[in-house]
Amino acid sequence: MTILKNMHFDFIKRRKIFFIISAVVFLIGIISLIVFGLNLDADFVGGTSFTMNLSRPVDQTVINDVRNLVKDTIGIDASSVQSAGSNGTTVMIKTAEVDTENRDKLVKAIVEKYELGSSYTDYQVSNVGASMTKDITRSLFLATIIAVVLMLAYIWIRFDLRSGTAAVICLIHDLFVMLTVYSLFHISVDSNLIAAFLTILGYSINGTIIVFDRIRENKAKTPDKSFDEIANVSINQTFRRSIYTTFTTLITIVMIYILGVASIKNFAFPLIVGILAGFYSSTCLASAIWAFLNNIGGKKKEKIAEKK
Amino acid sequence: MNKNTAKLILGISFVVALICIAVFGLTYLGLPGIFDEGAIRKGLDLSGGSLIVYEAQLDEIPENIDSEMDAVIVMLRNRLTTLGYTEAVVTKIGQTKVQVEIPDITNPEEAVQKLGSTAKLEFRDYEGTVILTGSDIVGANAVYGEYDNSGTAGYYVSLQLSEAATEKFAEATDRVKDLSSSGNNYIAIYLDDELQTSPSVTQKLTTANLSITKSGFTADEVKWLASVISAGALPFALKDIQLESIGPELGESALETSFLAAVIGLAIVIVFMIIFYKAFGVVSAISLAAYTAIVCIIIVTFKVNLSLPGIAGVVLSIGMAVDANIVIFERIQEELGLGKSLSAAVKAGFSRAFAAVLDSNITTLIAAVVLWIFGTGFITGFAITLFIGVIVSLFTAVFLTRFLLNAVIRTKLSDTKYYV
Repeated sequence: MTILKNMHFDFIKRRKIFFIISAVVFLIGIISLIVFGLNLDADFVGGTSFTMNLSRPVDQTVINDVRNLVKDTIGIDASSVQSAGSNGTTVMIKTAEVDTENRDKLVKAIVEKYELGSSYTDYQVSNVGASMTKDITRSLFLATIIAVVLMLAYIWIRFDLRSGTAAVICLIHDLFVMLTVYSLFHISVDSNLIAAFLTILGYSINGTIIVFDRIRENKAKTPDKSFDEIANVSINQTFRRSIYTTFTTLITIVMIYILGVASIKNFAFPLIVGILAGFYSSTCLASAIWAFLNNIGGKKKEKIAEKK
Repeated sequence: MNKNTAKLILGISFVVALICIAVFGLTYLGLPGIFDEGAIRKGLDLSGGSLIVYEAQLDEIPENIDSEMDAVIVMLRNRLTTLGYTEAVVTKIGQTKVQVEIPDITNPEEAVQKLGSTAKLEFRDYEGTVILTGSDIVGANAVYGEYDNSGTAGYYVSLQLSEAATEKFAEATDRVKDLSSSGNNYIAIYLDDELQTSPSVTQKLTTANLSITKSGFTADEVKWLASVISAGALPFALKDIQLESIGPELGESALETSFLAAVIGLAIVIVFMIIFYKAFGVVSAISLAAYTAIVCIIIVTFKVNLSLPGIAGVVLSIGMAVDANIVIFERIQEELGLGKSLSAAVKAGFSRAFAAVLDSNITTLIAAVVLWIFGTGFITGFAITLFIGVIVSLFTAVFLTRFLLNAVIRTKLSDTKYYV
């Protein structure tokens, strides 16, 4: 790993490539969001979902039967009926919001049809009403915005405003990449996404701060060097740490993803994407943006000085 | 034995003691070990159970909403106890919402309906005029016995009327008994606008004891009715706007697999650290063990509600604990590369890396706290474990690692070759 240690890779020189890569990803994200949209879960649009272990393979016949049963029992069409779970014996039914009497009726009807027994408890029901979705959606936006603003304020105090701006741009980049993945892979967007978002908010900024910390130090040590040079040296000095940390954090999350149950998988996958996006943005984008902002700012100052 | 070897032994003994406490608990303090039955307070997604959110149905929010919601919460707690859900937790969300969490529940929909029912009791005549309401009742009991003159036995609810109500009832029965020609000589008893029974009235009744009967009443139903009637009606209707219900079987395997994932992940991380950082890696492995033990002890001691995202929070903070060590070790190796002595490099490495580690952990804490405040349901659990994880990792990755490292480099392992 001595290669990583004595690395002199010119990140800043290649910043156009990195910016283009991010722009392309951004474009893919926009297109995907327009074409596929987001697979919003009941947490955001309201609705009811039933996940029931039927102890038998859920094939097309069973799915059709269940679909008919939903229609017959509660009088509305299920918006989706599909097989779920690792061994495919679980059926997942999604409908518009259903009240408690009808939920009870449907569960009982399915228990009866598939002879699951009177003490059957191997199922999951989730119902989110319209007024709750407003709360959840609002708390998502509120939490994200407040967290970002507080982080910006903190970095502003500890570093400077340009570092803070660059860090926030990277954060938005990472979150947008996660959103793109949710859209492209039709992952159901539920309140776990809020948790995943805020984890990445907290985590990915770590990498950026480690680099900025080095920039802060190098700037004080070698004030004559250009912003580009300082940024470059700092990225290279912290690069091995970035790789190692990304690896060690990923390992635990990937293990959770491989071994975990379905619900935790849904949580682990966006985290994996976010950690990778965070690695990319903190090494390839953060310092480049920082140098860019400083160069612009510097030119302005010069112009003002010239006028005087 | 020199001073530094003693320090090292002290540090390692401390870590071993932590691991022992985490695994075996402290019996005389009543602290169970992490693997003991019931040591971990499992979230609903691990233990199975239901989370119900009710919203008050109001056209406009009255001024005394806070005191009314408090009354509603007390009533919900009573109802939960009556239903046998003594482990249930009721919390208020915002101004007009209440969240009820019930572990180990077999019939969530029944609970949704019973808890949310207003329990508005009304005695009405054939025209629908209200004669008595729930507030006229001073006591209600569940009784088994004969409840009519024909000798039919069964479960029924026995009601005691207040004095004023007894008079009102006497007047009403006096009036109603004369309607026998039209067949309207009955008094209908409604609960939440649902007809329970409508006994016919043949004479003026001056008794203060009444009963609600219905063929097929079960012991549980009668007990439930008596309890909600004595507790009084809710000031407004509650609508269930969210239900998350998870069967116990689904949650069972989740904890085991996540635990396995954490152990394997941790093992790989430790091997990685030892390969790339040699003696530093060994020290950070000891710190990581201490970190894991402390987090376990905190989770058991403070009965932290451990949900699936909560486990993810713990696992993620393991990654961050390692990150702090990587940042520090990288820094030390750099200082060594500048030709400094081992002890000077360690000293400089820690002081230079500290700002970076602190800043990056504080931003994570900001995210955890915001999530804690604004999160709902399972997410709060994630925020709490992430918060605990970051605080503990700051302690182990910085202070414990420094203590151990300062001792190690002054023992026989003082040659730089063991570290680079």
